[in-house]
Amino acid sequence: MANTAALDGINGLRDIRRSPASHLAAAMDAGSIQGTVVLKEGLFQTMAGVRVDPRSEEGSRIAAVTGGLPARCGDVGGTDRVTVLWLGPSEFLVVAPEEAHDSLGGDLIGSLVAALGDAPGQVVDLSANRTTFELSGPRARAVLEKGCALDLHPRSFTTGAALSTEVGNIPVVLQKTGEESYRIFPRASFAEFLGRWLLDAMREFASPEVP
Amino acid sequence: MLLISCPNCGSRDETEFHYGGQAHVAYPENPNELNDKEWAHFLFYRENTKGIFAERWLHSTGCRQWFNMLRDTVTYDIKAVYPMGTPRPDAAGKSTAETGTASLAADSTTTGTAAPSISGTSIAPAATPASTTAPKGATK
Ligand SMILES: [Zn+2]
Repeated sequence: MANTAALDGINGLRDIRRSPASHLAAAMDAGSIQGTVVLKEGLFQTMAGVRVDPRSEEGSRIAAVTGGLPARCGDVGGTDRVTVLWLGPSEFLVVAPEEAHDSLGGDLIGSLVAALGDAPGQVVDLSANRTTFELSGPRARAVLEKGCALDLHPRSFTTGAALSTEVGNIPVVLQKTGEESYRIFPRASFAEFLGRWLLDAMREFASPEVP
Repeated sequence: MLLISCPNCGSRDETEFHYGGQAHVAYPENPNELNDKEWAHFLFYRENTKGIFAERWLHSTGCRQWFNMLRDTVTYDIKAVYPMGTPRPDAAGKSTAETGTASLAADSTTTGTAAPSISGTSIAPAATPASTTAPKGATK
């Protein structure tokens, strides 16, 4: 496939690479309130944008690679290594740990491309497109509710669901990974704004609650 | 703020959507045969309806799919939400027989399956157009 010299070149760049919200790392540490609400940036995940008709043959081939495609809005597919988020009826975002990237010895992008073949659709390496915020703690939902119009109550937004929506007016994919933990996927250029917006929304929880 | 019922995603805030203008404006079958005036009419002339209006909407920060909507331009009451490429549902006894649509988004019709698990209503069948009425002021 690709020549190894080029891959070495890519890997040489890893040391000087910075994540979109890396400059907020200290602020996120300082702004997190352990046991209440904690914000972290998840670094450099491998992401692939997939457009394919899930009912087609090529759709089944892609689903075989990812461990299934989500059927409708809110659903999440995949395995414990690979997460597939529903973006539209024929559009998906495949998220995996960094090591899954082909330049690091993985085969995620390559196997998706191979699965699609010449069939109509697309597989695009979007690893640098979005960053990941991890927001967790008993007040995480209260923080999100300040800037998200969706019903985030657990009776409606259940663990394991993911929705494209807006948080603090920024278009994101919002995934609920646990009872009190969320992953927020903004595009890289919005990481600064959304990171600071979340920190501001978290601030009141550092003070003692006013009865 | 309107609550708009996306056929794919359920009820969402109006801010997640973009307006696409009048629906059912058919692309001319032979554009080359149109004179300038007819072409200008196709491009720029739209109804300015007071009352029930068929219009296109795009769920831009959600599923990125187009759909059609019947909306009352006076009360903002949403009468029906229906897929691109389907004829305008009969609205409040007003019978219309448009042919063709301006839809170029082929896969935007791949809707109408199950409602999303989270919330909201789905496409209203033509017989009960009032069922997608947005609860006014229901958003936060
Ligand atoms: Zn939608």
